[in-house]
Amino acid sequence: MPGGAREVAESCVDSLNMELVATYCKRLHPTKPDLAGRRIEAIGYQVGLQLAERYTRERPRFTDHLESIKFICKDFWAEVFKKQVDNLKTNHKGVFVLQDNRFRWLTRISVDALPTTGAQNESAVAANAARASQAAGQYLYFPCGLIRGALTNLGVPCAVSAEVTTLPACEFNILVLKRVE
Amino acid sequence: MRASLRPSDPAVSPAIERVNAELFTLTYGAIVRQLLTDYEEIEEVNKQLDTMGYNIGARLIDDFLAKANITKCTDFRETADVIAKVGFKMFLNVTATVANWSADSMECSLILEDNPLVDFVELPETCQGLSYCNILCGVLRGALEMVSMRTEVKFVKDMLRGDDVFEIRMKLLEQMPEEYPYKNDE
Repeated sequence: MPGGAREVAESCVDSLNMELVATYCKRLHPTKPDLAGRRIEAIGYQVGLQLAERYTRERPRFTDHLESIKFICKDFWAEVFKKQVDNLKTNHKGVFVLQDNRFRWLTRISVDALPTTGAQNESAVAANAARASQAAGQYLYFPCGLIRGALTNLGVPCAVSAEVTTLPACEFNILVLKRVE
Repeated sequence: MRASLRPSDPAVSPAIERVNAELFTLTYGAIVRQLLTDYEEIEEVNKQLDTMGYNIGARLIDDFLAKANITKCTDFRETADVIAKVGFKMFLNVTATVANWSADSMECSLILEDNPLVDFVELPETCQGLSYCNILCGVLRGALEMVSMRTEVKFVKDMLRGDDVFEIRMKLLEQMPEEYPYKNDE
């Protein structure tokens, strides 16, 4: 069965992502967040490898790293997250920063909020924001793996990390690894 | 259960956002593969998939009741029909057939000839005991429990194991009394 034209409800993808995080971070490795993160990243990596393979089947090879990264920012992002990356920065020494001001997978996260009424209003708001960012961070292991897998498939070995700035905005940092000659 | 088809209405509201199934299918496959690496026992992987499904179903039921154009189901037969024709259609964009009812109407099968979870999938010899799509059993069990039906759900036929269709056996164990904190809006 060709996968290309088939569609499912987006809530299937969302549910699977949420449950993936719950499974590894809460059920399987509740006391080892790093291990849980690595497992989820590894799953994303596999998916990224396969998706990049499929999305680039009809294209000529990319000639340099920047071209591959731009493909991720535009086409890959549009396929997976239904928009393009908002901003791409680079230091021209192998570091790329992808900024998404409204990262799709962070738009539907809910965090149990502390009450924000009364005298401690301001500190409670700040505490809630911190908790939300921390909780949201768990949802970025998978996309980090996804990006690393896709770039690896395109011949760009790299390390990818992410941080939540203000929900639902986030930044992905890509460090291109030097090839050992 | 609060659900039955209103024949004049379109089965599924257009408010459902759809995405290319590729990402979903590949993500599910990668999760199964990782679980197979994490656990030595295949039975344990089946159990994990079922648990994941249960949690998903318990959440998705709200989405389903909110978006599907349905009214309260009067019995398990109607519930099974809604799952097959509206539920599978809404989420996985395929339709299931209800078949093989037991005489007491407590047990039936959902037959799937097409299943997006298994696109690109082939099971290696070493995974013979794996119920690859087991997450679906969990989803059904979780969703039904939220509407007061305790069930047992399992695959009895699996195309990945060489059967001609997927057959999910669904058994109603107990219907708990409905105690909603709110009133139905009808």
